[in-house]
Amino acid sequence: MTGAMGARGVVFLGSPAFPDAARTALADDRLRANLRRATTTIRDKRLAATGELDDWEELRAAGEAIKRHTLRHLPYYLERLEESVTAAGGTVHWAADAAEANRIVTELIRATGATEILKIKSMATQEIGLNEALADAGVTACETDLAELIVQLGEDRPSHILVPAIHRNRGEIRDLFAAEMGHWGRPAPEGLTDEPAALAEAARLHLREKFLRAEVAVSGANFACADTGTVAVVESEGNGRMCLTLPETLITVMGIEKVLPAFTDLEVFLQLLPRSSTGERMNPYTSLWTGTTPGDGPSAFHLVLLDNGRTDTLADEVGRQALHCIRCSACLNVCPVYERTGGHAYGSVYPGPIGAVLTPQLVGVEHASSLPFASTLCGACYDACPVRINIPEVLTHLRAKAVEAKAGHRRLPTLEALAMKGATAVLVSPARLGLAQRAASLGGRLLSRRGRIGRLPGPFRGWSDTRDTPAPPAESFRAWWRANRAGGQR
Amino acid sequence: MRIALFITCFNDTLFPDTGRAVVTVLERLGHQVEFPEAQTCCGQMQFNTGYRPDAVPLVSGFARTFGGYDAVVTPSASCAGMVRDNHPVLAEQYGRRQLQQDVAELVPRVYEFTEFLTEVLKVEEVGAAFPRRVAYHPTCHSLRGLRLGDRPERLLRAVRGLELVELPRADSCCGFGGTFALKNADTSAAMLADKTAAITAVGAEVLCAADNSCLIHIGGGLSRQGSPVRTMHLAEILAATEGDRG
Amino acid sequence: MSTRDTILGRARAALGDVPPAERPEEAPIPRGYRRSHADVPLVELFAERVADYRATVTVAPEHQAARTVGRLLADRGLTRAVVPDGFPDAWLPGGTFTRLGDAPPRTPAELDGIGAVLSTCAVAIAVTGTIVLDAGPGQGRRALTLLPDYHLCVVRAEQIAGDVPEAIALLDPTRPLTFVSGPSATSDIELDRVEGVHGPRTLDVIILTSTEEA
Repeated sequence: MTGAMGARGVVFLGSPAFPDAARTALADDRLRANLRRATTTIRDKRLAATGELDDWEELRAAGEAIKRHTLRHLPYYLERLEESVTAAGGTVHWAADAAEANRIVTELIRATGATEILKIKSMATQEIGLNEALADAGVTACETDLAELIVQLGEDRPSHILVPAIHRNRGEIRDLFAAEMGHWGRPAPEGLTDEPAALAEAARLHLREKFLRAEVAVSGANFACADTGTVAVVESEGNGRMCLTLPETLITVMGIEKVLPAFTDLEVFLQLLPRSSTGERMNPYTSLWTGTTPGDGPSAFHLVLLDNGRTDTLADEVGRQALHCIRCSACLNVCPVYERTGGHAYGSVYPGPIGAVLTPQLVGVEHASSLPFASTLCGACYDACPVRINIPEVLTHLRAKAVEAKAGHRRLPTLEALAMKGATAVLVSPARLGLAQRAASLGGRLLSRRGRIGRLPGPFRGWSDTRDTPAPPAESFRAWWRANRAGGQR
Repeated sequence: MRIALFITCFNDTLFPDTGRAVVTVLERLGHQVEFPEAQTCCGQMQFNTGYRPDAVPLVSGFARTFGGYDAVVTPSASCAGMVRDNHPVLAEQYGRRQLQQDVAELVPRVYEFTEFLTEVLKVEEVGAAFPRRVAYHPTCHSLRGLRLGDRPERLLRAVRGLELVELPRADSCCGFGGTFALKNADTSAAMLADKTAAITAVGAEVLCAADNSCLIHIGGGLSRQGSPVRTMHLAEILAATEGDRG
Repeated sequence: MSTRDTILGRARAALGDVPPAERPEEAPIPRGYRRSHADVPLVELFAERVADYRATVTVAPEHQAARTVGRLLADRGLTRAVVPDGFPDAWLPGGTFTRLGDAPPRTPAELDGIGAVLSTCAVAIAVTGTIVLDAGPGQGRRALTLLPDYHLCVVRAEQIAGDVPEAIALLDPTRPLTFVSGPSATSDIELDRVEGVHGPRTLDVIILTSTEEA
C-alpha cells in the first residue's frame, strides 16, 4: 500500500502494494496448501447450506433491499437506534474516527478501574486498532475467539474476516499454543497434540479463568435493530456469550452501517449469515440483548457508533453498496485470487473481494490504489454475496477513481495512461486498426519462433514468464473478409 | 434477419479463424452474415483498467456501426458482456441523451455466439463433426456474466464424434482477467497453473471456450509447458465437419 | 458541534441523491421468501436437525418427562444440576437427584463447578435445529445455561416453530435472547467444525409430546 495511514487504521502500516505482497505469499507453499484446503472445505459447505433453501434468491433480494433502504435513510435509523438503546438502559456514544473511538473506549474502561479486559472477535475494533490503543493506556485486551487468540499469541495479523488464522494449520497452532499460552495465563496442557479437539480444549482451559473473573468486555455487533435497540452477536464458541453475560460492563463498538430498521428484519439476516458464513443452517450461538436487564448480564452497556470513513463511502452512489456487507466472508472463500494469495496480501483488516472495495473507500482510494485491481472480475464474489453486493461493478468503478486520483497527482501522464490513449486513438478508426494489425503481424512474426512468441521484456515480462503468445496471423479477419466476402456488401 | 458479426479487435487481429468459423456455422444454418467494416472495439480494456473516458468514443462508434442490425453476434462472452453491462453505464456517465437512447435500444440485440445459436436460432445441432476428446472451460463472463449456463455444452454434445470431458473445478477463473495478467502476473500465473493442471489431468486433446482471451492465456501456459493439448474457440469446433483434418 | 451531529450531518450530505419524498418506514422490501421451509412434521424435523449438530435428542410423552430426564442424567453420571425457578417440578427425577437453585445468585465459579443445568426454552426452530432461551421461567438468567458444561433442555412439542421468521415473530425483543444450535463449536482450525469450546460441550434435548399424541 502506498502512503501511510493516519487516524483510520484499516490499512496495516507499511504494507506493500498488492502485487508485491502477493508474490511473497505465493512463494509460501504451506500457506497455499492451508488456504486451498480451508477454502475448498467451506465452499462445499456453503453450497450445501444455501442450496437447501429454494428461496435463497428471494432471501438475498430481501437482504439487499433492507440494507439499501437502511443506508438511504441512515440518519433516521441511527437516531431511532440511539433512542431505543437509551430507553432500554444503554448509553450511546458517537465516534467520528478511530482515534475518537479508542479514546471513548479507553475512558470507559479506565472508569471501571479494570486493567485487563476481554474481547469478542470484532472487525470494527480491529479496524480502529483498539488493542494497541488500550495497550498504550496500560490495559491488556485478551482476545477470546479461538482464531483471534491464535493471531494474538502469534503476534500475527488476521488474514480472513471470519477465520483470522486461516493461514495457520493445526501443527502450527499446536506449536504456538505450547510456546505462548503461558505468557498470557494458563499454559497449554503437557503433551498437547494437533487434534483440533485438543486445541479447542486447550483454549477452553486457558480462557476459562479469565471469563470467570471478567469485569469488562468489548464486543462488536453483527446487527442492531433501530426499533427496539436490540443488538446481535453471532458466534460459535460461546466466548461471545461469556463476554456478553459475565462482566459488569459491556462496551460494543459498531460501524454505523450495521443498523437494521426492525427487530423482525433479523428473520432475513439470521438465515443469510450462518449459511453464507460457516455453511451451517444456524451458528451455535446468537445473543440478542436490549439495553440492560436487572439481575442478568452487565449492569452497564455502552454502544459506540463508529463512522471512520463510512459516511465518505456512503457519499459514493455506486460504492455505497459495500456498506451492505454483513462480514460473512463468503466472497473470500470463493475468490480465486484470495485462495492463492491469502489475506495478508491485501494489507488491510478487510481482505478479499469485499476488502478490495471497502478498504479503498474507507481510507481513500489513493491510499489503497492497488486493491481495486487485485481481481480478475470473475464475479464469483457477487454470486456468493448474501446481500448482493455487485463487487465487480464497484471494482471497475474504483479503478476509474484510482486512475483519476493518480492523474491528479502528476504533471505528466503515466505510461499506462499514454498506452490507453494510444489504443483508443487506433481503435476509433478501422483504417488505423487495419494498419496496426499489419504492423503487429510483421512485428509478431519477427519476434516469434514456430508461430510462438516467447519471453518478452518490460510490462510483458510477467505475462511472458509463464506463457507463450501466438504470433499474429499474416491476415487479419477484416483483411480476409475484404478479400473473400466483401464484394456486393457494405 | 440482418445479422452483423462483431468480430472484436482481439479476434480480428489474432484469431481470424474464429471469425471465419462463426461465418461458416451461420451460413451452414442458412443465414447471411454481414461484417460492418467500421467496427473496431468495445472498449473493454479501457473500461476494466479504469480509463473510462477513453472507452466512450468506442461506445459511440459501436452504437453507430451496429445500430441498424437485427442481431449483433460476437464470439466473445467478455465483449458481449462489456456491451450489455457497461455500455449503458458509460453512456449514462459520459454520453448525451442520444447515445444513451442508441445504446439502450441496441444492447438487447447483442448476442454472444452460443447464446445466439441456442436462444435466437433455437438450434443445438449445427451439423458439426469433431472426433476429439474435448474439455470445455466456462469462462467467467460466459458463466457468471452472461449466464450462458449449459448452452455451450449442449452445442458441444451435439457435435458428432466429440467426447466431452468434464474439467474439475471448471467454474474457477483461469486467472486471465485482461490487464490483471500483467498487473498481477504472479497471481495470474498461480491460477493458470491450477487450470492447466486440471486440463492435463482429464486427458483432453482440445480445450475450448467461448472466449479467445482466456484461451490465449491458457493456451500460452500449455504451450510453455510443452503440453500437447490444443486450445480452440468453440466456434471453430462447431464449424468443423467430417472432411476437416481436425 | 458534537460528534453525533457531525456524523449525522455527513450522512445527510452523503445522501443528496435520495429524493426528499422517499420516506423511511415505507420501505419497498421484497419479502417473497418463505415464512418456513419445514416440509415434514415439526417434531421429526427439529429432532433430525438438532441431531445434525451432534446434540442428542430424545422424544418422550410428557408424562414420562421425569423418567427421561432422570435417565439422561444417569447416562452422564450426573446427580445434581442447577434448576432455574419455574422449571416444572413434575419433570424432575426423584431418587438421588439434587436440585440446586440460584437464590442468592451463584458466582460464575460456582456455576462452573456445578457442571450441569436443566432448562426449558422460549421457542424452538425446526428447520435450523435451534432452541431459543429468553431468560423466562425454567431458564433463568443467561449465565445459568452457559457456565455448566452440560445443558439439558426440555422443549415442549408445541413450542417448536417451523423456521426463523416464525420464531422471530414469537420472541419478545426486550428480553435477553440466546439462540442455541447444538453444543459450542468452532471452525477456526482449518475451517473444520469441532464441537466443544467455551459454551456447554454437551447438549441433550428432550422433546415432550402431549400425552394424547404419544
